[in-house]
Amino acid sequence: MSLRCSAARSLPALGLVLLLAVLPFILPGPFYIAIAHQILIYALLALSLDILVGHGGMISLAQAAFLGVPAYVYVGLSARAGLSPLPAALSALAAGTALAGLFGVLALRARGLGFLMITLALGQVVWGLAYRWVDLTGGDNGMRLSARPRPFGLDLGRPIPFYYFVSVIFLAALFFLRRFARSAFGASLRGTRDQPRRMAMLGHHVFRIRWLAFIYSGFLGSIAGVLFALSFRFISPQTMTLQQAAEVLLMVILGGPGTLAGPLIGAVIITLVKTVVSSYVARWYTVLGLIFIGVELFLPEGLVPGFARLRRRLGAALLARRRPA
Amino acid sequence: MSAQFWLIQTLNAVAMGGLLFLLAAGFSLIFGLMRVPNLAHGGFFMLGAYLGATALDENLPFWLAALAAALGVGLLGAVLERALLRRLAGNEQGQVLATLGVAFIIADLCLMTWGGNPLSLSPPAWLMRAIAIGGFFFPAYRLAVLVLAVLLAVLLVALMEKTRLGAMIRAGVDDREMAEGVGIPVSRLFTTIFFLGAALAGLGGVIGGPILSAYPGLDTDMLPLALIVVILGGIGSIGGAFVGSMIIGFIYNFGIALFPNFAYVILFLPMIAALLIKPEGLFGRVPQ
Amino acid sequence: MKITRRNALRLSLAAPGLAALRRPARAAQPPIRLGFLTVKTGPLASGGIQMEQGLTLFLKEQGGKLAGRSVELFTEDTGGVPANALTKAQALVERDKVDAVVGPLAAFELLAIIGYTDRQKMPVLAVAAAENISQRTPSPWFLRCTSSSAQASQPMGYYAAKTLGYRKVTMIADDITYGYEQCAGFMRVFEDNGGKVIQRLWPPLNAPDYGTYIAEIRPDADAVFQAFAGANGFRFTQQYFEYGLGGRKPIIAGMTGIDDSILPQIGNIALGLLSTCFYSPALTYPSNKTFVAAMRKTYHADPGYYSAGTYVTGQVLAAALEKIGGKIEERELLMHTLRTSVVPETARGPVRFDQFGNVIGNVYIRKVERVGSWLVNVPIHTFHDVSQFWTFNQAAFLKDPVYSKTWPPTRYIEH
Repeated sequence: MSLRCSAARSLPALGLVLLLAVLPFILPGPFYIAIAHQILIYALLALSLDILVGHGGMISLAQAAFLGVPAYVYVGLSARAGLSPLPAALSALAAGTALAGLFGVLALRARGLGFLMITLALGQVVWGLAYRWVDLTGGDNGMRLSARPRPFGLDLGRPIPFYYFVSVIFLAALFFLRRFARSAFGASLRGTRDQPRRMAMLGHHVFRIRWLAFIYSGFLGSIAGVLFALSFRFISPQTMTLQQAAEVLLMVILGGPGTLAGPLIGAVIITLVKTVVSSYVARWYTVLGLIFIGVELFLPEGLVPGFARLRRRLGAALLARRRPA
Repeated sequence: MSAQFWLIQTLNAVAMGGLLFLLAAGFSLIFGLMRVPNLAHGGFFMLGAYLGATALDENLPFWLAALAAALGVGLLGAVLERALLRRLAGNEQGQVLATLGVAFIIADLCLMTWGGNPLSLSPPAWLMRAIAIGGFFFPAYRLAVLVLAVLLAVLLVALMEKTRLGAMIRAGVDDREMAEGVGIPVSRLFTTIFFLGAALAGLGGVIGGPILSAYPGLDTDMLPLALIVVILGGIGSIGGAFVGSMIIGFIYNFGIALFPNFAYVILFLPMIAALLIKPEGLFGRVPQ
Repeated sequence: MKITRRNALRLSLAAPGLAALRRPARAAQPPIRLGFLTVKTGPLASGGIQMEQGLTLFLKEQGGKLAGRSVELFTEDTGGVPANALTKAQALVERDKVDAVVGPLAAFELLAIIGYTDRQKMPVLAVAAAENISQRTPSPWFLRCTSSSAQASQPMGYYAAKTLGYRKVTMIADDITYGYEQCAGFMRVFEDNGGKVIQRLWPPLNAPDYGTYIAEIRPDADAVFQAFAGANGFRFTQQYFEYGLGGRKPIIAGMTGIDDSILPQIGNIALGLLSTCFYSPALTYPSNKTFVAAMRKTYHADPGYYSAGTYVTGQVLAAALEKIGGKIEERELLMHTLRTSVVPETARGPVRFDQFGNVIGNVYIRKVERVGSWLVNVPIHTFHDVSQFWTFNQAAFLKDPVYSKTWPPTRYIEH
């Protein structure tokens, strides 16, 4: 029984690995492969935010900073300081994670709307700095990255190798997140979400749990940031706008917070509408709005948990019908 | 810095504070009473400005155009409450997603209907002039906006504190079941609050129109300001929203005049500081 | 909402008299695949929509054909976001297999895509004004038919000092590179000719209100040079008059500060305002008369920076394609022809190009006048064949840093 159960649990994961492996051969060309790796990068960012939103119950509007700051650090260190890719990437991750630590210390003093607003403000401050600190960031012109690295002779400048590179990192992050969700720490984070007072009474250090969650989230988001820099070979303040931060949050809520598949599905839908559907439908903005409203009307818990509920209900209905027979 | 500098920037600050109050009052009402973070509020404001521009094009007098736009946006708010937000009571993330969806649609439909060019809204002719004050000129219309904001604040406080409607609203918000038990039509009241909040946004859009004009992006420029005002002033307090508006007016005007290099972050740094010192806002409280 | 992108142009061409075009021509050559990066959503949409109007009218006027080949136009909306601009450029190049790209609109979009389009050897005919893309970091695949940021503001600096006789000027512009570059060019030439820039103000791009800045304008300034873009130029001008400065201290504007597309909204207070631009709807070149008439008829608006810029880009592309028999697929030949050709008759007047693919053409000092029922930026002075280097020595110009907030240094601003 338990064997069958764990096999059934790994089935979706296996399916995802297979899907990601064969995707380049199904997709009709390099453009769509590029879209696929973009989706994975945004999905990674959404998943990192979901640690806060889904497990911690903290709606943050600062996550775009973890896309932008590591990307700036990476591009800055490799394009301007001439650092080689690996140290540049590690520095970028360190910078993003440190920023998360700082953001956490500041933002975690507030809850609810106060938390939302303080994260909004922190995100805007970073955005404003990128805009205004022209000597360091290039201002609104941004900075360019001349080439992607070639680790072990693998030419990441080509679409398919880069796609697999992103896929492997994404899957590794997903694996980490699954472990995280099932870990004691994940459970205590959810505890602070649902019953903070009780957690405190039980001797848990609520602030520290949340702060660590912030750091995990920032670290994972920073990976997305470095991948973003490699993907677009370009970074500008517009990567850290409030709109970008809201978009990532929307991916999480749309797909369903607190699930692994939810943020991924949310990233797929929003990125596809933005990049592909918008080629064919001029009013794609309205389409996106209608999707949000439709989901909230019919599956208010988000797509993935919503469909799971529908399936359970359908299953129960079928079961109920079968029983009298 | 001359005395004139302090005088004119003070006038600028209070005038802007007045404008911000017109923007934020509706948001504060809806969030304070119903705990709905209505992220379509910037869209309501922009829609009001556009509707006002069209009404003025049809040669409606300014104040009538403002009323018409307020009514139109208010009705939209009421419909949204009935059809959408009612189902999402207590689901904060759902409210965020749904109201942002509404904001997207409003932005796109405004762009489709009114095009991309900015539209100007002319104030009443008698206010279209600059008044000489101690050697410099200040727009009469901005002073009128300030007066209007003060009047509106008094009116709203009176409505909530002194009228039967206000008492019923407070009862319904505090304890819905008990309010229903004593025969208060809570459901209709909630729609009324939403109508009122949205109508205030629409009204603000028209009143702000001669200063800001109507243009694509007005919504996303204004929404963060509304949030800042409300968070700084404290939730659910009209008086707090008014004080918050004035504080922001002062911070913005003197901040960018004295520290121009911080213009992009001038509103956010003080907000972070305020939230660190008093996470519940300067007046009132942030709900847990 | 039907899937109409590929057919959009054909449908829009299906105006009376053009119906024949919809039947597949039995020409030996396949259609020209032309990519178009513009902005149709978000705050920059007004410029993007005007770009589309300019290009659509031009292609319609050509009967949907360039050099005898029908044109298939692939339009993409970047939303004005650099990352999206790059994705959309990839869509055009890799999915739609276009042979050249018209657009994008904004400098930061152009800078986001140029590395990619260079690697793909993709001709990019942009309207974006970024200075360095045709100066210190040039791209072999780039062509600009409009103006670099300072190309029009440098002549204005000269005109303000020499003809208008201004001695002290306050500059105000959006706090972005486009603003810095325009102001730097203006200041350099203005001060070379005896003027003094005594104040610079940089409101944030999303400033809710300019009242604070307007109150700060120094009383001893003879005039204000405003170099805003989009809705901001309109809002600033309106508020400037609101504060009663309108009649007292003249405004001179950069090339997008009081665009013709927003003149009707500014209204009569705009009368008499001066600005500098590579274009004016009042130019009497025959193709401009046709263009303005078509704009007024179809869109009830005068062309401005973006629509005229895109229209002229179409004219330049058409002329080059004529020369090479429509062989757009031969991209090196196309780029060479584009950059070396002299087009004597565009809507903005005669144009040719420098070695960096930047236009050399007229810059007009314009004054808002009422012409019939329209407010129009009417040319009152023409600087002929203006290059992005103005009258400076090119090599020396390129040795200096790019125009910015810190270059050239200010000389007359007290700190």
